[in-house]
Amino acid sequence: MIQLKDITKVYHVGEIDLPVLKGISLTIEDGEFVSLTGASGSGKSTLMNLLGCLDRPSSGEYWIDGKNVANLNANQRASLRNERIGFVFQNFNLLPRTSALENVMMPAAYHHPALSQAEIRANALKLIRLVGLEDRMHHTPAQLSGGQQQRVAIARALINNPGILLADEPTGNLDSVTSVEVMNMFRDLNRDQGLTVIIVTHDPKTAAFTDRAIHMSDGLITEGVANELNASLKK
Amino acid sequence: MRALVRNPMRAVLTILGIVIGIAAVVAIREIGEGSKEQISTQVASLGADVVNVWGASVNTTGVNSGKGGRASLYPEDAAAILRECKETVLMASPMVRAGGQVIVGNKNWSPGSMVGGNEDYPKIEGWTVVNGRSFTKEQVDNSARVCLIGMTIAKELFAGKDPVGQEIRIKDVVFTIIGVLGEKGADMGNDKDDTIIMPWTSIRTRLMGASREAAIMRGGASNATKPSATSTYSTSAVNFYAGTELQPYTSAPHPLRTRTVDNLIIKIKDKENAKPAMEQITQVLRREHNLQPGVLDDFEMFDRGQISSMVTSISDTMTTLLMAVAFISLVVGGVGIMNIMLVSVTERTREIGLRMAVGARPRDIMQQFLLESVLLCLVGGILGIILGHGASSIISAQAGWPIATSYAAMALAVSVAAFIGIVFGWYPAYKASKLDPIDALHHE
Repeated sequence: MIQLKDITKVYHVGEIDLPVLKGISLTIEDGEFVSLTGASGSGKSTLMNLLGCLDRPSSGEYWIDGKNVANLNANQRASLRNERIGFVFQNFNLLPRTSALENVMMPAAYHHPALSQAEIRANALKLIRLVGLEDRMHHTPAQLSGGQQQRVAIARALINNPGILLADEPTGNLDSVTSVEVMNMFRDLNRDQGLTVIIVTHDPKTAAFTDRAIHMSDGLITEGVANELNASLKK
Repeated sequence: MRALVRNPMRAVLTILGIVIGIAAVVAIREIGEGSKEQISTQVASLGADVVNVWGASVNTTGVNSGKGGRASLYPEDAAAILRECKETVLMASPMVRAGGQVIVGNKNWSPGSMVGGNEDYPKIEGWTVVNGRSFTKEQVDNSARVCLIGMTIAKELFAGKDPVGQEIRIKDVVFTIIGVLGEKGADMGNDKDDTIIMPWTSIRTRLMGASREAAIMRGGASNATKPSATSTYSTSAVNFYAGTELQPYTSAPHPLRTRTVDNLIIKIKDKENAKPAMEQITQVLRREHNLQPGVLDDFEMFDRGQISSMVTSISDTMTTLLMAVAFISLVVGGVGIMNIMLVSVTERTREIGLRMAVGARPRDIMQQFLLESVLLCLVGGILGIILGHGASSIISAQAGWPIATSYAAMALAVSVAAFIGIVFGWYPAYKASKLDPIDALHHE
């Protein structure tokens, strides 16, 4: 379970304090399928960085599974990200000239305690099969389409068995057909594996796939439920 | 690490500086060690276990005479050393030198050296007698007119004929050749075979006019300046080991150097360490010369090992100098590594951001980049060793220089390479580890 209490984030630009998050309180239950929407400048990227433990809030409390993680240092946050959070990015961020399988295996190298190379490989193979790329696992990113690359990235996000999947504009670089495929994959992961999936997007169509939409504007949450929209789209 | 394999051309160019630097270190080291070994074997053939004793230098109105300036060594000194330093000394001989023309029939020749010693002298200097025989103690005692000649003189004056038993005129005195010395060859530009060896007594009594002592003699002893037939054969009147009762030149003022010898030459037992022998010899000589404590030695001593260490130290200096140059190229190579690592960190900022996002700690990133740089340098080091060893082998085959394969140098080269990898990889690695994951992920 993810809980945020009165989270603020203030950037200091020279002499000026620039408040980006102005007091956010939010609870996301285990197994939820959530989207985080908002116009650019609304603070959703900043909130995502905080949710992903890439950054620390200026004030407030952040609890993951009952543990306050707001004040962890860089090394502790790195371990937390490694074990608890899987990341999917808009531009895939795969290692170039490295096979799909090896890309999937990469985060396991930073896991403690370390698994054997054979175990990591077996897990990676399972995930490659899960995203349906077993016939392409030795291809490098340059030899894969955008949708395939994003599927590799999803498999990579799952290698350390995280409870939370955090996707930043996962369909931003994909065409509409592939976007649907990828979003369906997120939904399946949420339904079948019980993963908490958080999708950050500015696109209402993408947000419509999720069960709950959290809308942000001007550093505050204007919470909404996307179910109606979702239902209307499906018809 | 995979990054290195991903861009092999760049990796090769990056390590080129290290390869060249290490190759230079290894090659210089191998050639340097090789010449050092050659020098020490050459010096060993000179006789590293031979100690020379000279009279101390004399300062007269500010002019230093150099070694041998003081006439302080007596033939009895050699006997005393032999008698009292049995544990450390094998053989000892007085030495006198002469110069002058030698004549056989219608040929004449000026030998490179004409040296007198006792019956052990040829052995001390490492001479062998290949034809005939050496002179005996009796011949030394009687200042016999016998001599041994070197190969060069045998060739020049006898041209193929057997010189043994032939007569040779040295400064108008007729000597009989009783043996030919085995070939020693040249060392440091001197033909060692251009030499004549005879009993030192013979030089003292018969060839006085030939050596520099003649100048001292010339004042009163006209008979010695140009040895006459009578003085040449007056061996019965000579007693070299006697003291003041000896009056061979009664009409002359006491000749300063007739009783002294030019130097002493001593063969010691311990080839490796001449120190104990030299200390013992010093004690004996001080006592023989009645030197009170606190009075400076009136003699100087040199072991030929000192020549060896001097020559070796010259070659060491050269090697060190070249090594310094090679190390500079290693540093340049290291800067090259740092440069490329910095470029690599910038180029791979997104990758670093990604790795941090998925859980790499700053220390993991640091480790990765340091490892890459050390690995680059190690590969460079190994290539350098192969190249350097190959180069020195080719040089040795082409130029005939001796080389000594030095595993120590190779180990040193590898550790230096690794060290350079750490030193010059540290800053780029540190920079990478300090990146902010969010900024790094959005780096274009």
